[in-house]
Order: sequence, then structure tokens, then C-alpha cells
Amino acid sequence: MLTIRQAHAKRVKQRSITIAVISTIAAIALVYFLVPLAPGWPAVKKSFFNAEIFIKTFPTLLDAFMLDVMIFLWCAPLIAILGLIIALCRDVRSPALYPLRLFGAIYTDVLRGIPVVLIVYLIGFGVPGLGLSRPWNSPYIWGSLALILTYSAYVAEIFRSGIESVHSSQRAAAESLGLSPSDTMRFVVLPQAIRRVVPANMNMFIALQKDVALLSFIGPVEVLRQAGVYKSLYANFTPYVAAAVIFLIITIPATRFADHLMSKQQRERS
Amino acid sequence: MSKLELINIHKSFGERKVCSGINLTVNDGEMVCLIGASGSGKSTLLRCMNLLEEIDEGEILLNGEDISLPGLDPQQIRQQIGIVFQSYNLFPHMNALENVMLAPRRTHKRSKDELRPEIEELFKRFGLADRMLNYPDQLSGGQQQRVAVIRALAMKPKIMLFDEITSALDPELVAEVLDVLRQLHREGMTMVLATHEMSFAKELADKVCFLDAGEILEEGPPEAIFSNPKQTRTQAFLKSVL
Repeated sequence: MLTIRQAHAKRVKQRSITIAVISTIAAIALVYFLVPLAPGWPAVKKSFFNAEIFIKTFPTLLDAFMLDVMIFLWCAPLIAILGLIIALCRDVRSPALYPLRLFGAIYTDVLRGIPVVLIVYLIGFGVPGLGLSRPWNSPYIWGSLALILTYSAYVAEIFRSGIESVHSSQRAAAESLGLSPSDTMRFVVLPQAIRRVVPANMNMFIALQKDVALLSFIGPVEVLRQAGVYKSLYANFTPYVAAAVIFLIITIPATRFADHLMSKQQRERS
Repeated sequence: MSKLELINIHKSFGERKVCSGINLTVNDGEMVCLIGASGSGKSTLLRCMNLLEEIDEGEILLNGEDISLPGLDPQQIRQQIGIVFQSYNLFPHMNALENVMLAPRRTHKRSKDELRPEIEELFKRFGLADRMLNYPDQLSGGQQQRVAVIRALAMKPKIMLFDEITSALDPELVAEVLDVLRQLHREGMTMVLATHEMSFAKELADKVCFLDAGEILEEGPPEAIFSNPKQTRTQAFLKSVL
């Protein structure tokens, strides 16, 4: 038997679930019935949501997406390493190494201040323009470099915030034991800092997975460019929708996972 | 044989003077207790002794050698003068054993296997042999503080400094940490404590120094300080805490 309080709590919970379900159904129904009333709907439906073209182009687009995944896979570790190095540059305290500190600050300021697509253009078209021979004129190399430079600047800032979040008493404890500054960083500060910023970095890498598509502007036939080819071929935008779906298949679970990590961490800290 | 002498120590943080002309001698095997209100300069003085803070003026002599001279390697000196803090400051991502082994491994270049027996011995000595593989968040405050003491001892320091190490503990956990200090004192360790545990200071200290506004206002054997303080400030302070 439920007590009066438990019964009441149960009623309240059931009621809020019912209301949530009803309002969601109403919202979906509204979109479902109202959107087709728009005068341009039949044309939009034909050019964006064409099932036949979707099915025909999807497998090839998925293949092309593998290129996006590959580019992501070789960029991600390089970004993590370079980001960490830049973050460490910004933390050096010895005056002799001040140039490193300055370099770190300028690096993060400049590269975070320019739109990614501009960097991709500038490096992707600019560097091969130096007349390099194959394979050094490949847009894969220079496009990837553009992504690595930009994202490492963001990741460096995330690492730096992690390093600064480790309480100064930890450094004091390590130093009081006679550990050198570099050992203090390596064994005491960094392991704690890196763990703390895993969720924030996950979000950066989800953004990177999407921005790989920017490389389509300088050559590689990855999913976005392949979708563009199909768009021209069939005079239909459905391949773009298909490409979007492919991205979502990867990014939604990844985003959920990052959120999960983030809230887990918050719970642990409180 | 370890002897620590502080001669005319001055230290300011900006405009604020925290030590103004402190003289103090700690002889081999002595336990010296620093007492005084918060903000009287006890912690800063301890942090100066192992060079976590740089002094503005004065000399710090360890067995006759001035360790405060600029240009000396602070790492070398800190390995000889251990310090334990109020907030334990264990490394949360390492278990107790790793916490203790890190510094000797890195600074004395000794392997884990080589260190293990003597470190285990230390844990046994302080009754924590069954806690070696626990992480700090699995230990009570008192246990964490004892691990912090072991961590400092593993460097085989000549002098140990304790900065109000029982102040953050629940009352029922204070005794186990004080027992550790008692044991160290018996074993002949040279120690300096900043403490609020007056009865402990009374019982064990060889010398008690009352700090007030960055100066040692009064010092002497505990009987003299506690039962017959000469300065009015000392009298007032003792009255407020006893």
C-alpha cells in the first residue's frame, strides 16, 4: 500500500508525463499539418525530400563520408598534441622562456580570431601556390593543417583552463617535496587538468568532425562535395539532406555522450 | 645533526608586513611550537623556511649554511626540509603509495621496487599498512594527513615543518595525527609546528614561541609561556584560547 504522500507524488508524476506527451504530439501535429499548407511546400518536398534520390545517393555519400572520418582521425591526435604544447607554452614562468609564452598567446589569439573557412582557403590554396611538387601540393595535407592549426588554438585554451583549475596548493605540495617544476607539471598538474577538460574537448572534436566538410572547398571529394556533385547531376537538393543525416548519425550520439560526461563530472564535484 | 637558525627574517606581501625581524633557533631533535592568532605570521614563517616564500631580508641557516641565498637550488633544499599543510594536499589521482613514492622516485632517481620496502615500512610505522592502495578520497581526513606526513618523511628530511596540520580535521580525528607527531618527537625528529593545539604544545614542545603581528613577542619553555606569560598580548591570547 502506498502512503498518502507516495500516492500524491505518483499522481503528480503521472500528470506531468501525460501533459508532456500531449503537448509534444500537438506540436508535431501542428508542424505536420501546417507546413504543407505553405504555398511552396510541394516544390520544396520534391527538391529536398525526394525519397528516390535519397536512396540512390545515400550509399555513395556514406562512402564519401569515410574520407571525412579519415581526415578527422589523423587531425584529432595532432590537434590534441599541438594544443597541449601551446597550452604548456602559455604556462611557462621562467623569464628566459618568455618568447614561448608570447608565441602561445599570439597563436591562440590569431587562430581563434579568423573564421575556419578563411584559414582553409588561405593555407589550402596559398601553400601549394608556392609551387611544391607532388605529394606536397596535396589539398589533404594543407587542408588538414588548416584544421589542425585552428582547432589546436581552441584546444590549447581548454587545456590551459584545465591547468589553471588545479589548485595552487597542489603545486605547492609538489614543490615542497623537492619536485622540479617540469615534474610537478607532468605528474601532478597535467593528469588532473586533462581529466577535467575531457568533456569540453569532446565538444571541440564534435565541432571538428563537422568542420572537416570545409575541406570540400579546396578539393577533396568528401561527403559535402559529393552531395554537391549529385545536386548538380539530379538538379535536386535531397543529397544535401542525406549528407546532413549522415553527420547527425555520428554527432548526435557523440554530443549526448559529451553531455553525459559533463553532467557526471558536475555531480562528482558538487 | 640538524639545526635551523632564523636570523632577522623580514617578509612583506606588498605593503603588508608579515615577518618583521624574526630570530629563532631550532636545535637538533627539538620540537618548537609557534602559537598566535591567525594572521600573526606563523604559516608564512614556515613557508619561508622551506623557500615556498622568498624572504626579503635575513638569513636561514641549516646546519650553519645560509639556504636563503639567491641562486641556490630550491629543490635541493626542499628535499631536506619537509612540510605538511593544513589541507593535506595529497595528489587526488594517485593512491597513497604513489603519493609517497613520487618525489623519491623522481628526485633520488630510485626505482619503485627499490623504494617499496622502505616505504611500506613507513606506512607500517604509522599504522597505515592496510591503506597504501587507497586513493585520498577513500581515506578519512586523519588518514590523509598521516599519508601527507609519510609523504614528507619519505624524502628523509632533516627538519619537518607542520602548518596547523590538525586544524582542518574533525575533533575525533585530531588525536591520531597528534600521535604521529609524538612518535616523531620520540624518534628524535627536529620539528617546527604552527599549532592551535595548546595542550599538545604544553605537553611536548621544547620551546614555545608566541607570534604577534609578525614578531616573536615571547618565547621560552612551555611551562613559562603557559603558566607565567610576561607580555600582556600573550596573556590575552592565551586567555582567549585556553
